[in-house]
Amino acid sequence: MKPPETFAQKILRRKSGNSVVPGQIVTCHPDRLLMHDNTAPIIAKVGKELKQFGLADPNLVVIVLDHVIPAASEKVAASHKKIREFVRKYGIHNFYDIGTGICHQVMVEKGLVVPGMLAVGSDSHTCSYGAVNAFATGIDRTEAAALLLTGKTWFRVPESIKISLTGQLNEMVTAKDLILTIINRIGASGATYCSVEFWGDIVNLTMDDRLTIANMGVEMGAKNAAFPVDNVTENYLESIGVLPDLYEPVWADQDADYKQAFTFDMAEIVPAIAAPHKVDNYRPVTDLIGLRIDQCLLGTCTNGRLTDFEIAGRILKNRKIHPSTRLLLLPASRNVLNQAMKKGFIQTLVQAGGVLLPPGCGPCLGAHQGALAPHERCLSTANRNFKGRMGCKDAEIYLASPATVAASALFGKITDPRKI
Amino acid sequence: MKVWVYGNDINTDMLFPGKYTYTCSKPEEIKPHLLEDLDPEFAEKVRPEDIILAGKNFGCGSSREQPVVGLKATGIQAIVAKSFARIFYRAAINQGLVLIECPGAKESYRPGDIVELDLDNDRINVGGKGFLFPQLPPEIQEIRAAGGLLSYTRSKLTAAKEENE
Repeated sequence: MKPPETFAQKILRRKSGNSVVPGQIVTCHPDRLLMHDNTAPIIAKVGKELKQFGLADPNLVVIVLDHVIPAASEKVAASHKKIREFVRKYGIHNFYDIGTGICHQVMVEKGLVVPGMLAVGSDSHTCSYGAVNAFATGIDRTEAAALLLTGKTWFRVPESIKISLTGQLNEMVTAKDLILTIINRIGASGATYCSVEFWGDIVNLTMDDRLTIANMGVEMGAKNAAFPVDNVTENYLESIGVLPDLYEPVWADQDADYKQAFTFDMAEIVPAIAAPHKVDNYRPVTDLIGLRIDQCLLGTCTNGRLTDFEIAGRILKNRKIHPSTRLLLLPASRNVLNQAMKKGFIQTLVQAGGVLLPPGCGPCLGAHQGALAPHERCLSTANRNFKGRMGCKDAEIYLASPATVAASALFGKITDPRKI
Repeated sequence: MKVWVYGNDINTDMLFPGKYTYTCSKPEEIKPHLLEDLDPEFAEKVRPEDIILAGKNFGCGSSREQPVVGLKATGIQAIVAKSFARIFYRAAINQGLVLIECPGAKESYRPGDIVELDLDNDRINVGGKGFLFPQLPPEIQEIRAAGGLLSYTRSKLTAAKEENE
């Protein structure tokens, strides 16, 4: 009888053609390689080799311009231009120019990652695609450059951590509060090198919820963070035109060997905040009520989807944000923006005083569009609160759910969304 | 030789701020900003042969490789830490930067201790106390020995091409 396997073992066995155990090194051809604005420095590393040996596989490559869009300077504009020239020269058809959205959202909603795939990306939040049952992980630029030439790379088969979720989240408590609570328990490095695999009542989590959770897997050090395929996944994929005959789901055996197991009762989760400057610096929102907030950020690849704008819209409908604060709106994609406009959420939030930014990474990494001043404090739905992250080392970033951010925007200070 | 000592969870924003990620890629552009928000003295005073000694989860956060490229360019001997974040760990292999996972070395270090590295024997001495650290798997040693992933890839592709001709 063959030994039981985790999700990570199964998918790496399928892709490498060998049965695998944790710690083993295997060579695989990933199904996707994602790159974004960093494509320019990546191709610059192997310009000569690309001419000499060619591109291993144009179908492997997906390029999305999202990090500094529209270009914030001549230097960035020149780098975007080089990327567009590369795309034309090498016939890369999976290219998405500025405004399509944040790469991780684009990968999922265009059906570029589907269940059972092995995907790598030159971005740490590549782990997001675990939401649709892909094994997906971040790599550096040099590795992306080598993949352009060879189409293959090595993987260390990870140990796995099992997270069982039971019950259901309460009103005004979201997947963001759940993942911040999980990261607090496991720690910012508690899942380092590991595959995090979610079990239990996941049927109570929407696809948007799962994307929020998988997106933050890397914030506990995880290599990937994956969900099994269920009706929610199938219905979501069908809605974007990906039918079940186009993918082959993979999931762990019931008796797979996990290094650690955790259980979280979703009914016990409360609105959570990650205080500066670490993502596992957990505080229940009730500990921080009344703290002044200069800038609220609603959006990003963590929380820039339709249900995120919906809950914020519900809170801010026919209301105005407090004059002492600012609210930035950053939809994860054009598709999300369109849907949120159709439903009236964007109109509501703009009328409430929100500033709409183009679908992209915007202020999350401090490159442009909403950098912070010294001693300012931002309450953000993004995934990182590191010192200096939003452009200023003397500013503070607090992470929270879209509901908490919207409620706090109303008063210009941290507010419990359950009290609105 | 100086030992630069840091704590846990030193993230890539501390090692190289995100605001420069899309305008600086070359080692000489990166070096002045290394550890800018963590230790403003580092970029100016770091010398080849220095060692960084840190706690757990060194290099967590973004996949940006500038911290690795920049630290490699300083010529430092190695980064010794209790543990490393995985993308940073891979990036270091790919650049040929030596990372050593050795919790005991960090715990035993006291200010002023002499730190000596013996890469041939997988051994580190801290204030006269010796620690062994695990070897990299052979497949990975091959990449590091080639001077990093790009020279490794180049030599493999060239060999394959010559074989076909």
